[in-house]
Amino acid sequence: MDARNPLADAQAATSLTVRVRPGRRVADRVLRLSCLVATLVGAAVLGSILLMLIVEGVKGLSPTLFTQPTPGPGSEGGGIANAILGSIVLTLIGIGVATPIGVMAGTYLAEYGRNSKLADLIRFLNDILLSAPSILIGLFVYTLMVRPMGTYSGWAGGVALAIIATPVIVRTTEDMLRLVPGSLREAGAALGAPPSRVIMSVTWRAASAGIVTGIILALARIAGETAPLLFTALNNNSWFNANLMGGVANLPVMIYQFALSPYPNWQGLAWAGALVITMTILALSIVARFVIKPQRAR
Amino acid sequence: MTALTEQIALARARSVVRKAPGKGFDGLFRASAYGAALLVLLMLGGILASIAYGGWPAFREFGFGFVTSSAWNIGTEQYGALVAIIGTLASAVIALLIGVPLSLGIAVYLTQLCPGWARRPVSMTIELLASVPSIIYGMWGLFIFAPLFARFVQVPTSNLVEGLPVVGTLLYARVPSGVGILTAGIILAIMIVPFVASITRDMLDQIPTMLRESAYGIGCTTWEVVRHVLVPQAAVSIIGAVMLGLGRALGETMAVTFVIGNANRLSASIFDPGSTIASRIANEFNEADGMQLNALMALGCILFVITFIVLIIARLLVRRVKVA
Repeated sequence: MDARNPLADAQAATSLTVRVRPGRRVADRVLRLSCLVATLVGAAVLGSILLMLIVEGVKGLSPTLFTQPTPGPGSEGGGIANAILGSIVLTLIGIGVATPIGVMAGTYLAEYGRNSKLADLIRFLNDILLSAPSILIGLFVYTLMVRPMGTYSGWAGGVALAIIATPVIVRTTEDMLRLVPGSLREAGAALGAPPSRVIMSVTWRAASAGIVTGIILALARIAGETAPLLFTALNNNSWFNANLMGGVANLPVMIYQFALSPYPNWQGLAWAGALVITMTILALSIVARFVIKPQRAR
Repeated sequence: MTALTEQIALARARSVVRKAPGKGFDGLFRASAYGAALLVLLMLGGILASIAYGGWPAFREFGFGFVTSSAWNIGTEQYGALVAIIGTLASAVIALLIGVPLSLGIAVYLTQLCPGWARRPVSMTIELLASVPSIIYGMWGLFIFAPLFARFVQVPTSNLVEGLPVVGTLLYARVPSGVGILTAGIILAIMIVPFVASITRDMLDQIPTMLRESAYGIGCTTWEVVRHVLVPQAAVSIIGAVMLGLGRALGETMAVTFVIGNANRLSASIFDPGSTIASRIANEFNEADGMQLNALMALGCILFVITFIVLIIARLLVRRVKVA
């Protein structure tokens, strides 16, 4: 090969790539193809789920869907208004309880505890709580609240959802606070501000988009949770009482009970509810992604 | 010297004076952050304590036999966890066998093969799979997947293997209804894909580009780069991601309850209905009373122990790489 002739070099190089041993080429093709297929399978499942929800859910849509409560077994008409309202109330209780706890705990981990043993332990256990089976949280809140109070209640449901939301918020809050440069904190401290002031007016403010994202993600996570509500808020076919005692109608448990029921009217309502809840959650997840986008762009 | 000490003293005095007005609030703020962090600790402790307390009577009544007995008889008050434990482990293992290759394929596609413009939308599509509520997976599994699965997989396979040794029992559906342990495993596989795939993708992204390009530079094909460079580099954290997926699969409730068939029967066929710990609790808890309630709590206790061991291993593996 003539080293002085770049063209010959290039030709040699091309012929080399062409002469890849067939076995190697086949292995490579198989990998490329199977990776593509895996991705297509994932996308196809999402597409199929959405298609199913739209086809079946639209059939269940009716003018009374958003105005009337769920009907009794075997009766016609009705809507899912009580379940939608109940779900909103339970989710708001959950987020309302989880946000202050989660943000403060995340702040402790990022600002006060940092690399102390206790902070490491809490961080580790929080990560585990993040993926803990939600049905166990349902059992916990049942023992903690439903049994002593002697009745299912919306409060118990809200607390169960709060326990699921808290670790999500702790994690994102800590991650986002850690992205804030130390020089900002030092600048705040140099002005004579006490740590609490620095955290509230400087660090929180700088990380606010990320913290809000964490809260939206937590909202999306708990809005569709069913298992922890089975033993806490249960369900009901009427509007809930103002004190939230007794079973409180909510979308996930309503969908679970109605979808497996033998009544076509209930099944239709379950599909409509499934469409409403999934679209809401997917919208929340997409919104969360766009809030976080400017933070991630490095 | 004196001037310096004076200055320091003055500075100290000033800082004290300046801090004084906010000091009460500052302490309160710190204390509430500390308290909130401790509350996270308490939650996990509370979950374990309450479930252990609820399950204690069942453990005392049946002893170690609770784990090894396959009885679940409400009439005679005889309870054992074996069927549910085996169902939980079997469905989770099937989920890993199917879900892990799928996740790795997606992660490799996203990091190595996908054209730049498609990366974000494809990533987002896969991540959105994680946002779909588990009850929706259950409905999809029961109403869409199970009928197709029965018709195109269970019936032909059963006909094919009937009478053969081993596979003849393992893959034979007595009632080809589409629900069963294998169906639950497949649905679980789909549910863990977004988690395992996105962690693996992030880990592959963290591998220095130079390593990859050096491998391509000496003439490696994509397969060889993946097999000999990327996978060994990210192996520990990929195993961690898989364990995280396993943790999810073990504790998943609603989707499994829809598609597993909820039978208390030990069966050699993966096409037959069974139950998992979580699905049994979801099914029976609201009507349970007395010893049945304790037995369900004891099941929860076993689930707690299994998942937490898996999750602890997962976190240790994923963490070790992040620190290195």
